[in-house]
Amino acid sequence: MSDLLRRLPVALAVLVALGLPVVLDGFWLQTGLFAMAAVVGAIGLTLLVGIAGQLSLGHAFFAALGAYAYAWSVGEVGDRAAGAGLPPILGLVLAGVVAAVAGALFSPISGRLRGIYLGLATIGLVFLARHLMVNLEALTGGFNGRAVEPFSVPGFSFSNDDPDYLAIAGVEFGGLHRLWYLFLVVVLLAAWLGRNVKDSRTGRALANVRDSEAAAAAMGIHVARAKATAFVISSAYAGVAGALMALAYGRIAPDLFGLQLSIDFLVMIVLGGLGSIAGAAAGAAFVVMLPLVLTQYSSELPFLAAPGSGGLDGATLARLLYGAAIIAVLLFLRGGLAGAAGRLRHRRSPPPPDTSGLPPAPPPSAAPASAAVPEPSHPGVPTRSKETTS
Amino acid sequence: MTYLLTQLANGLSYGLILGLIAVGFVIVFTSTGVLNFAHGSVLLAGAYLVAVLHDPIGFWAAAVVGIAGAALLAVLINAVLVRNLAEANPGTAAILMLGVDILLLTELTRRIGNRVLTIGSPWGADVFSFGGITLPMSRVIAAGLAIVVFALLWFLFARTGTGIAMRAAAADGDTASLMGIRLSRTGAAGWALAGALAAIAGIFLASFPAPGVAPTLAISAFAAIPAWVLGGFDSVVGAIVGGLIIGVVTALAVGYESELHFLGRGLGEVVPYAVMILVLLVRPSGLFGRKEAVRV
Repeated sequence: MSDLLRRLPVALAVLVALGLPVVLDGFWLQTGLFAMAAVVGAIGLTLLVGIAGQLSLGHAFFAALGAYAYAWSVGEVGDRAAGAGLPPILGLVLAGVVAAVAGALFSPISGRLRGIYLGLATIGLVFLARHLMVNLEALTGGFNGRAVEPFSVPGFSFSNDDPDYLAIAGVEFGGLHRLWYLFLVVVLLAAWLGRNVKDSRTGRALANVRDSEAAAAAMGIHVARAKATAFVISSAYAGVAGALMALAYGRIAPDLFGLQLSIDFLVMIVLGGLGSIAGAAAGAAFVVMLPLVLTQYSSELPFLAAPGSGGLDGATLARLLYGAAIIAVLLFLRGGLAGAAGRLRHRRSPPPPDTSGLPPAPPPSAAPASAAVPEPSHPGVPTRSKETTS
Repeated sequence: MTYLLTQLANGLSYGLILGLIAVGFVIVFTSTGVLNFAHGSVLLAGAYLVAVLHDPIGFWAAAVVGIAGAALLAVLINAVLVRNLAEANPGTAAILMLGVDILLLTELTRRIGNRVLTIGSPWGADVFSFGGITLPMSRVIAAGLAIVVFALLWFLFARTGTGIAMRAAAADGDTASLMGIRLSRTGAAGWALAGALAAIAGIFLASFPAPGVAPTLAISAFAAIPAWVLGGFDSVVGAIVGGLIIGVVTALAVGYESELHFLGRGLGEVVPYAVMILVLLVRPSGLFGRKEAVRV
């Protein structure tokens, strides 16, 4: 019963997402596509950072790999930028596989370094990616990037044609509408897989490694392999996210996959709450939509100046709000949005019935949020910060 | 031969500037455990102060204000934000610094706009020639000053009570605090030192041959991250050596780009990171870093 209640918001969100394309206009559909692509990447990163406790700033590298792998495998044979002419569904899978393989190749580093040390090492990947994207012109189209073939299955294209006209409930379903459902399916798959990884044997091993490497090793967990595994899983997610980004943009260029994208991914999962799948989704939606919406509607906000006039324009305001949101969440909201939601739910639910005859339990405080949300923390195991290093 | 020597001298002087930035990363990290992603913005803030103030109050006064301002800014970031984190651990602190960096950089970018502000230094665009090697005067002065600064740092850490307290706090915070060392003070000192070093580096990075102060200056602090990682996260000497290695390798990659064209254009930007990844493959804790040992 309580399980059903807990799933209710998710089911409602899915229903709303299914119906939205009927009412949204092009701008919001496009924004939604970007957000959903980011959600997939954020889920992958939250598995790495939130569950395994490893920091990565190289997520943009793997997203770029996925995007270009998709663009290459689906691209026309003999086009200006090389292509393999494979079916798009294969291209989508290939995007994840290529990124995962690259993540596995990085395992000598990702398995041995931990936490922020890995974060620093992965910064290098982003710059490496840019160098490769600009210079491997035959594959990537160089600085100007390359176009991306639309997604299709035999007989149905996720673009404006084939079938040329498709309408549901009197609304014409063009490429954006069709892609919306494709993205939704991928997002749901990603969330479902992510939750299963989190609750599986692997996920628990990763959480154990995060809390104490020494304790995990004593329990028989191969620490280096566990950390490398987390990195590979998160890379595969980033690869698929990159392919979705490529589909949403329709054209990819090196500038899309800079350090900023890595930082954005990290911020999404921190705002949402580390280790929480729903939090990652909420954070991704916020981070993606904030600048797009503020720029789109900047002319209607009276206190905003026109871009380039030196005053406060929409893009600048979005950046300032973005930075302030990060700082505010980290200073005041323990556990991000997911942590806050957990505490709220905990406070609202009635206290458990008193069966032992002891005096009534004190009102649930904010601290044991683990009762409402099964956080993978182990209160008995000292956190890493308390370990003595010598 | 002269060309090679010129490139080497160029790389060494650039490496010393990188070393100034990298040492700031090390000091902040060892004194408070924070990966300071806002270091670049603090550097830019210092250089910006010098650029706007050199006209009204003269370069030297402006430089003093810029260095002091950057130090103050760094101390404030630590006191107001880092020390008030809801969950104090290195990961969240690093992400907090990303947020701080975004705020500072956005505001400074808005103030600077599309302009490139000159730093107004007395050495201007002079060049220095010695035995066929030509270097910008700013680089020569930067190298000399950096060596003096490093000597002062050595004196601070080896000979003064404050410096020894900072080292003790970095080695073992809990024990140091039981011995009567106030961690809040050693932390503040570390951040102030890092901010000041960043501003000094910023002044020289904005001098000739660079055009001046522009928002991209903040990104140049990122080039010091490979130097820091190479040196091994917690070693001041390592950061300086790392800076020199990265400086020389970058200068050679840029200087000989025409012969290395098979590696692609824009090699100078990627080479520091490639070197970093290669070194980490062999030595995960850097060249001078302590290997972490965990006692249970």
